[in-house]
Amino acid sequence: MTENFSRFFKPGRVHRQIYTDPAIFDLEMRHIFGAAWVYVGHESQIKNPGDYFATHLGRKPVVMVRDADGKLHVIRNQCAHRGAMVVATDKGNADEFTCCYHGWTYHLDGRLKAVPLNHGYPSDFNPANPAVAMAAVPRVKSYRGFVFASEASDGPSLEESLGHMLTSLDDMVDRAPDGEIEAAGGVFKHAYDANWKIYFENLCDAAHPLFAHRSSIEAAQQQSDAAHSDGFGEIAIRQMRQNGAPYSFWESQVGIWTYPNGHSYLGDYHDDSKLVAAMKDPVFREYIAALEKKKGKAETKRILEVRRWNSNIYPNVSLMSQFQQLRVVQPISVNRTVVHTYNFRLKGAPEQMFRNTIAFANIVNGTGSLVLTDDLEIYNRIDLGLSSEGTQWLQIGRGYQSDVPDQHGGRRGVNSTSEVYIRNMLEAWQSYMNNGQSEPMRAAS
Amino acid sequence: MAKKRTPRSKSRPKIAAPSRRRVSSLRGRAPQTAGLDLHRCEQFLMHEMRLLDEAKFDDWLALFTADAWYWVPSEPNQPDPHNTVSLIYDDRRLLETRVRRLASPRMYSQEPRSRTSRIVTNATIEDAEGRAATVRSKFLMIEYRREQQRLFAGNAWHRLVLIDGAIRIAWKRVDLVNCDAPLDGITQPF
Repeated sequence: MTENFSRFFKPGRVHRQIYTDPAIFDLEMRHIFGAAWVYVGHESQIKNPGDYFATHLGRKPVVMVRDADGKLHVIRNQCAHRGAMVVATDKGNADEFTCCYHGWTYHLDGRLKAVPLNHGYPSDFNPANPAVAMAAVPRVKSYRGFVFASEASDGPSLEESLGHMLTSLDDMVDRAPDGEIEAAGGVFKHAYDANWKIYFENLCDAAHPLFAHRSSIEAAQQQSDAAHSDGFGEIAIRQMRQNGAPYSFWESQVGIWTYPNGHSYLGDYHDDSKLVAAMKDPVFREYIAALEKKKGKAETKRILEVRRWNSNIYPNVSLMSQFQQLRVVQPISVNRTVVHTYNFRLKGAPEQMFRNTIAFANIVNGTGSLVLTDDLEIYNRIDLGLSSEGTQWLQIGRGYQSDVPDQHGGRRGVNSTSEVYIRNMLEAWQSYMNNGQSEPMRAAS
Repeated sequence: MAKKRTPRSKSRPKIAAPSRRRVSSLRGRAPQTAGLDLHRCEQFLMHEMRLLDEAKFDDWLALFTADAWYWVPSEPNQPDPHNTVSLIYDDRRLLETRVRRLASPRMYSQEPRSRTSRIVTNATIEDAEGRAATVRSKFLMIEYRREQQRLFAGNAWHRLVLIDGAIRIAWKRVDLVNCDAPLDGITQPF
């Protein structure tokens, strides 16, 4: 089957079918999640030899693991015998992996180690054959601790594919006085009944907070600051009030940048001294002093002047580098998605800053958040609309005629509420989907 | 199945935070607290569930003390709400904002509104001193909204105190059995 996926697009329009058709979803898993550099996890999740973290590459179960020599691997979480999932816990430490069915045992790098009753298999069965393994994903690359994998055995390097977006990963790490970050503080797993792309298409949407989140904005604006708080409520309420910035601010003061291969980031919108590094806050004063001590005044100034809200690395990871948050999009089916959100501790920063990060995570990425619950409702309602036989062509044209080139090879919106980042993601989508069609089917797929 | 490199020490799971004193010595004994016997505590929990089922959130908020907190951990045996994320962790200030939002006609995630039915049972007094008691109970909550029904279950911990003869909640911890599962948005307090 060959198909030109560009037929789902018109200038400033996209057809609803790409969000609702299970056959298209299956092809996305093959041509996007089975080809692009996909985020897997962070090295701090597997610090020691034997540490492993079980996750998914698209819908394929994989294990990110550190072997006895400290080398990083991403291997398929399936037994080469009957295909059973081998590692059944999310994370842990192991000497080897053993399938629960017939006891096939694997080295941490995925090579087969031992097979009980191995005399009974056909004469051409060779346990030493590297194809009989928890097979390694063809390409794995860590950039400053962020581990990505690609099912394509050749193609652009991770650095080439991410291009200018590497600066958002840099920003995440540069903010640590000791130059190192660590995933910590648990994980949120929030779910919704809509397509995975819908989530990504909301993250840089500067036009929605004032309207979609006004129940929490108004409730926070009306809140008395005299009521007792241990600091968590205070951070949450400050954040909700920030969402109430007027439309004029969202339009002109934020900034939206997009780059090749579907990547984009929205500039930051915070001016609250308890939310962004500011000398008015004692915790941030201490943090800035620690940063200056390790990196010098000039570098500290440069780091703190990088001001980004959501940085989206297509197709599956979004960072809030200023706020030590990272979200991973896991497509379940065409209309079911789970988002895993992680927090990071900045090594060398005051411990209170990490607790503030947790408070921030609860309100911004929490399953019971006063803010996020309205976003999840919107995703669900989009699917209710798109899966109907109603409107066929959706509008993604905001800013279409006013976007301008960016100095790093991308495009940016003159108006920060431009939907340029949606069009940019869907251009990458077309490219992956159309290219996939022209390639021979991979044996591994 | 992953073979463990080193078996971890089986630390006793922490149940209620932040402080839990003299629990084992008092478990199973008749509570000594004047005015806060088990029957009265059970009646209070049923009253609380009824307020929530009837969406009388302002009245529910009024049950809490001025420095109360309400906590739904994201992990089983989560030791504290400050170093690990929580499905809900509201100090008094945020709890007031949460309740105010629940009344907003612009809360799109409650359009239409949820309907809930709660059962609270298996209440025991785990700890009692003076005019305060920690009560453990089990709950079931069915939430119905837009043609979908969800079931939540778990343990609840209430720190109840007597103030001017009335029972108030100093803190409440709710441990969902599926707290670490992928979950759709949570708008209803448990």
